[in-house]
Amino acid sequence: MRNLLNIDNLTVTFPTNNGPVDVVKGISLSLGRERLGIVGESGSGKSMTGRAILKLIRSPGKVKADRLEFDGIDILSQSERQMRSIRGARISMVMQDPKFSLNPVMTVGTQIAEAIKTHQKLSAQEINDKTLAMLKSVRIENPERVLGLYPHEVSGGMGQRIMIAMMLVPEPDLLIADEPTSALDVSVQAQVLDIIDNLVTSKGMGLILISHDLNLVSSYCDRILVMRAGEIVEECVASELHAAKHPYTQGLLAAMPKIDEDREWLPVFEDMSGSQT
Amino acid sequence: MSGIHIKNLNVSYGDTTVTHDVCLDVAEGESLALVGESGSGKSTVLKAIAGLATQWTGQIEIDGVARTHSIDRGIATKCQMVFQDPYGSLHPRKTIDATLSEPLQIHGIKDQSQRVIEQMANVQLDERYRFRFPHQLSGGQRQRVAIARSLMLGPKFLLLDEPTSALDVSVQAEILNLLKRIRLEQNLTYLVVTHNLAVVSFLCDRLAVMRSGEIVETANVSQLKSNKLEHPYSKELLQASRNHTSEKENV
Repeated sequence: MRNLLNIDNLTVTFPTNNGPVDVVKGISLSLGRERLGIVGESGSGKSMTGRAILKLIRSPGKVKADRLEFDGIDILSQSERQMRSIRGARISMVMQDPKFSLNPVMTVGTQIAEAIKTHQKLSAQEINDKTLAMLKSVRIENPERVLGLYPHEVSGGMGQRIMIAMMLVPEPDLLIADEPTSALDVSVQAQVLDIIDNLVTSKGMGLILISHDLNLVSSYCDRILVMRAGEIVEECVASELHAAKHPYTQGLLAAMPKIDEDREWLPVFEDMSGSQT
Repeated sequence: MSGIHIKNLNVSYGDTTVTHDVCLDVAEGESLALVGESGSGKSTVLKAIAGLATQWTGQIEIDGVARTHSIDRGIATKCQMVFQDPYGSLHPRKTIDATLSEPLQIHGIKDQSQRVIEQMANVQLDERYRFRFPHQLSGGQRQRVAIARSLMLGPKFLLLDEPTSALDVSVQAEILNLLKRIRLEQNLTYLVVTHNLAVVSFLCDRLAVMRSGEIVETANVSQLKSNKLEHPYSKELLQASRNHTSEKENV
């Protein structure tokens, strides 16, 4: 089967006072209809990679790649107008915080309906049915009530589920989830990820899950890329993460406290902490 | 009586009562964690102790002194708070030096410069950062500043509200180590609010589980480590936290 996404030598550059800085330094990856996790700390370029795929990086940022191909379409040569038919319909993205990503002055129902209307021509009744069905599929109880609510009237977990509903309603081929749960509670996190997981598996979508949480990524993905300072330092099968070879990955794993912690001190990266000097 | 003792604490915001008859005893030198989901009222308890939420009934006693509803300088010197988000808790237009000196000025303490330098060394923050602004520092460095600020008056009690949840894994490890070290060195008492049970396990001796404004269980960390929490809700919470790790091992 043809790969859903092929990236060769992707570079994202931003100009600064001290000259251009590469935030993503020539990474290559390919993705089938599978679940890929990208892990890394802040500033590692993981979100920029996700945004570059959707061509969401605006000037003065620059994206260069030998190949950036989604389902045979060369993303880099697409015009803004052509991108619009890809974004949402073919590739969609779940952002980190529902508080900032939902439109505060539109009801939940209107927002989801808008996502459908943009990509499909349906009657008002069909749109309404589809919206309700989608809200149900993200396990929102009594969706009729939620339709009329404004984003500030729903909890964080519900907001994120609404975001997911909105992103999945046009049935995209690829879902990019950028820290979909870091704004949520532990107990809600698992729920939201299970929903994403179910929908992705049942519809045969590709998923890119971007997160800083190694454990979370390893339990919800098939493959994992570890990024650091714009480079992919390690690629491994999720179940073999604990056998990671790169010192950075090992360091990250060791730096995390465990519930049955018996270490007196946690190991830290000596070279990364500017404050230790 | 030394330590922090809370009896039948009901905190309200307007007409809504957020905590219901919370009773909590933190012995001196102990590190107690308050865990629970967002909205369970754990931060509210801290705010009431720190004097930030003033609409409460019940008793709060800090080191033998009952807390009043108004500003209390005596309690401020004993009990300080560190907030979750180092991006929000530092004044953006004040240098680190100004931020750290402010508590000293308010309390009329001399040798400000000397104390600022000492405290920065204590939190392992290089002196070259002293006259910088918060936006020039990384998240971990800002949290160090916030911790240094809370230690300026030499308190015995630190109230830590999600001290590491806004930080990266490697930075979190540094800050957790720092908190553990200063607690040992200065014999501090911690009351830590967190939703991360792994942090509890590393930093605390006991934990209290909160749900919808009530404490449902208090337990020792050894019970947490050996999976012996009793209340069904605590078990559920523990299960949710363990899930990520265990699933990985089962695959």
